[in-house]
Amino acid sequence: MLNFELNPNIPTGDLEEKWQNHKFASQLVSPNNKRQFEVIVVGTGLAGASAAASLGELGYKVKSFTYNDSARRAHSIAAQGGINASKNYKNDGDSTYRLFYDTIKGGDYRSREANVYRLAEVSTSIIDQCVAQGVPFAREYGGLLDNRSFGGAQVSRTFYARGQTGQQLLLGAYSALMRQVAAKNVELHTRSEMLELVVHDGRAVGVVVRDLLTGQVSSHSAHCVVLATGGYGNVYYLSTNAMMCNASAIWRAHKKGAAFANPCYTQIHPTCIPAGEDFQSKLTLMSESLRNDGRVWVPRDFDEARSPADIPEDERDYYLETKYPAFGNLVPRDVASRNAKTVVDQGRGVGSLKNGVYLDFSDALGRDGEDTIRGKYGNLFDIYQRITGEDPYKHPMRIYPATHYTMGGLWVDYNLMSNLPGLFVVGEANFSDHGANRLGASALMQGLADGYFILPYTLGNYLSNHLGEAKVSDREPAFKQAESKVDSGTKRYLSNMGTKSIDHFHRELGKIVWDYIGMSRNRAGLERALSDIPALAHEFQKDMKILGSADGLNQSLEKAGRVADFFELAQLMAKDALEREESCGGHFREEHQTPEGEALRHDDDFSFASAWEWTGDPKKAKLHKEDLNFEFVTPTQRSYK
Amino acid sequence: MEEKINVTLKVWRQTSPNEPGFFEIIEANDISTDASFLEMLDVVNERLLDIDREPIAFESDCREGICGTCGLMINGQAHGPEKATATCQLHMRTFKNGDNIIIEPWRADAFPIIKDLVVDRSPFDEIIESGGYISVNSGAAAEANQIPVPKEVADTAFDAAACIGCGACVAACPNSAAQLFTAAKIQHLNLLPQGQAERYNRAESMIEKMEEFFGTCTNHGECESACPKEISIDFIAWTNRDFIKSKLRNPKKANYK
Amino acid sequence: MQKVSAEQKIKTRKEKLKKTRFRIKLPWPLSIYQTYVGKKWVMALTGIGLLGFVLVHMIGNFHLYEGPTQTHEYAELLRDLGGHLVPRTLILWLLRIGLIAAFALHIHSAYSLSKRNVITNSQYRGGRKYVVANYASRTMRWTGPIIGLYLIYHLADLTWGHFNPDYVRGDPYHNVVASLSSIPVAALYIFANIALALHIFHGTWSIFQSLGINSPRFNPYRQALAGIFALVIFAGNISFPIFVQSGVIDDRGDSIFETQPPGNSES
Repeated sequence: MLNFELNPNIPTGDLEEKWQNHKFASQLVSPNNKRQFEVIVVGTGLAGASAAASLGELGYKVKSFTYNDSARRAHSIAAQGGINASKNYKNDGDSTYRLFYDTIKGGDYRSREANVYRLAEVSTSIIDQCVAQGVPFAREYGGLLDNRSFGGAQVSRTFYARGQTGQQLLLGAYSALMRQVAAKNVELHTRSEMLELVVHDGRAVGVVVRDLLTGQVSSHSAHCVVLATGGYGNVYYLSTNAMMCNASAIWRAHKKGAAFANPCYTQIHPTCIPAGEDFQSKLTLMSESLRNDGRVWVPRDFDEARSPADIPEDERDYYLETKYPAFGNLVPRDVASRNAKTVVDQGRGVGSLKNGVYLDFSDALGRDGEDTIRGKYGNLFDIYQRITGEDPYKHPMRIYPATHYTMGGLWVDYNLMSNLPGLFVVGEANFSDHGANRLGASALMQGLADGYFILPYTLGNYLSNHLGEAKVSDREPAFKQAESKVDSGTKRYLSNMGTKSIDHFHRELGKIVWDYIGMSRNRAGLERALSDIPALAHEFQKDMKILGSADGLNQSLEKAGRVADFFELAQLMAKDALEREESCGGHFREEHQTPEGEALRHDDDFSFASAWEWTGDPKKAKLHKEDLNFEFVTPTQRSYK
Repeated sequence: MEEKINVTLKVWRQTSPNEPGFFEIIEANDISTDASFLEMLDVVNERLLDIDREPIAFESDCREGICGTCGLMINGQAHGPEKATATCQLHMRTFKNGDNIIIEPWRADAFPIIKDLVVDRSPFDEIIESGGYISVNSGAAAEANQIPVPKEVADTAFDAAACIGCGACVAACPNSAAQLFTAAKIQHLNLLPQGQAERYNRAESMIEKMEEFFGTCTNHGECESACPKEISIDFIAWTNRDFIKSKLRNPKKANYK
Repeated sequence: MQKVSAEQKIKTRKEKLKKTRFRIKLPWPLSIYQTYVGKKWVMALTGIGLLGFVLVHMIGNFHLYEGPTQTHEYAELLRDLGGHLVPRTLILWLLRIGLIAAFALHIHSAYSLSKRNVITNSQYRGGRKYVVANYASRTMRWTGPIIGLYLIYHLADLTWGHFNPDYVRGDPYHNVVASLSSIPVAALYIFANIALALHIFHGTWSIFQSLGINSPRFNPYRQALAGIFALVIFAGNISFPIFVQSGVIDDRGDSIFETQPPGNSES
């Protein structure tokens, strides 16, 4: 019954006309009919809040869910750098087509042309919308918006609000959402975690949520469901994601039939503060802009014990500058990350755990003076000092890559609808626009594009086919089954008389995923992961220990379900990475590299998106392929030499 | 340099809003000074679990000091002794071996305790709901550069917009007033040209909503010093002015100054 | 069942807070006074009036240094405000009524704001550490009533003559000296002025915040101004008991009534 044809539904016509044509071809729902339709939006990050607000404005009856205590806390808030838009305010040659081209090239030609072009096309409207909402973007003295170049882009197209762009954009979307809550168009449920997607007659018709305060499990039905629940970076345990970020919503939708696409595409950010000891709970990102002035190096000697200042120049290895003379310290994220891993794996890492590389500002400090550097990076230097207790003005920073973003997610077509009719997926939770690698400052763009400007059209088109239909009652057996599944899961977790905490297992899982499905992967490692993870999963189910009850706040219980899902997802990641016998973007297979050690794509065999079908066992997931056709651009091999 | 310290925690435990709470004394030994305060609590929780005691419930999410989920009263100070630092960014190197650390939840009648150190801060959302937005529908916006905003204005608006909604201002205020939060939210929008159309109504409705839940401002300035984003009480003064102006203006006339 | 009640408990607590706010909405402009920010505004405006009174009162009292005749002339001048255009003491009475109203509003707003803050506040069981709140700001709730009580005593003593056996109606110089030459009265006077200075210090700077008079250009001066003002009032006021005690101001026996009999004056 489930549809795995994976028709991307790309509209016909020239690239520039596709979205216009599609909007015109889409059927509309008249204002009085919109009130008849109920929509569930799960997640209140950039994509979820903007979607719920926009749908509310249109007149749909929206129910919005978040597990946070407020809609303003989703992890979009932590994005630092900025948001891209092809406004060309700098007159430096930017255009919709250039943003499209950069994004598809940056994604290593593993995304859909039509989707990416549309993203670039609506990017300018996002800036207009956010400015009108009162987002205090950085401005020039003339009062007009400022832009900067970001992540190695050759044009200045990044709009930013100090180092807190994500926060400001989210507060904008949150305020729009709260306005709709006040107008009674949106019913907001905070501290409510979605635990099941309900499918009836092959369509997504509702969700089952658990109230985290009272433990009450309840069903909510609607005409369609939108998931905006973010990425799965926390499968690594240590990542730059927030503590509560998880994959449960998309994973449980996957288990109900939604295809999971490209799980192996994960992005590792090169400049994070290295992990400390076992108690380390998360990693903190340091903005990539630091690489503009900092020089990356490690000692040449394997047993170096001196403090960095005492190591003479000729005993330092500025490995990025030597290896990539043209780009030097500014090579793309994945290249910088992999090279850091190489030197650390060689045993030349720095810090007491030998797990970082130096990012040294002494040259810049000598050249520009401390005040200039403080003006540019003062905020970041403060964060670094607060966390490590070291003064980066005196000692070089220690950095190491960390998981940051996941390009994979639920498969969606051009309408952002998954293969399950009625299930829409927006933001990081879907797989659509970034291909195998995401450009800096594009995550915010995609989340808001989906929520403000794409979903409101495509969702209407879907609903117009269901005019006059009542929503499925939440007393249907499908809902009752989902509820009892949640209940029995909870009971089982609580009755388990194990000895180890959920965090313990999560940490162990994270180590396996990081070691074998991390920055660089190989067949042996992936096979190892595929045997180690199920073994650990088995131990997890047997030996986990949760105290407390189900009818009140119980944070360990919440985590248990999330970690259980991570165990399954990790296996699918390994399987996907194993099947993809090429290197592309965030997926680097050691077997497939150029003689210079660069990622080597195999376009003839792997120019497709892998969409996995749940079969009951993640190791036995079934692969479906959506072929990627490049009509307008020609895939090329990257080179940063 | 990292060292290990022993500290004695006096932690507020409360099983539900209905139960009376109590202080539990927990010896936290062998804590790395490199651990953050919340990581120290993580470690303590793992140890509690080992001896079959329910872990301490506390909230946190981003642990980067930006989401505003965390917030503890540490030794009588909101977010602890470090200035401009949210609880998640506070590190154990701030403490010495042998220190006693009292940990309490935010206390204000508007923030009822849910469990242990977790409180309900939903009145903040209600304040935003009452007017903390600019009414613009998706797609209705004009070209972004059409209205220039002087850099100083944009920067000052940003200073207000930096609020993370953690509630430390309420926790630190001896009156449990939410003036700093509300003022920051109001002034972020009221300072910008885009926010002018609803300027006075916003000030009025958000203040009145705030007054349903919180105490009143006596200009101590404790909120400013506790604020992890160092938001200035100047915004409170400007909000007071907007509020009174709103009450005295001719409601039929344009809202502009 | 227990889970519902937990949620219910949170709800009822919030309802309670709301309810203490709720009452019949009065017509404009009284409705402004129904809001707490409005009350703060009224408190600040009346505070300005009271500060003015305190300053003028102190300056007027400096006539004590000139001697009984000048002091008496000053008192007479106050009664004759408005010259022959208005009935004698009319303007003085209007000023007094205004002053009483300012006191009443100042006290009422303070009372209802404090009452609110007792309801909304939850005490920290482990104590609270103040970082920037100073002694003056934290004791407003106590210095206010101290000043109020002292004021009643002050009026009873010097205006109505209840406590002073030597009281002579219409002879302020004599009455002040007679009162303040008693050590307990002088000590009480000084004590009340310490409270007044603290109250004025925080009150003056608070006025700027409550009225929204705030600009980075002069913000640093606001606290300084408050400090100087409080200090001037304090120094000026306590000079009277000190100089009476030290004999600089004394009842030289040259009572004004040797030349001008009492009877036609009104205090």
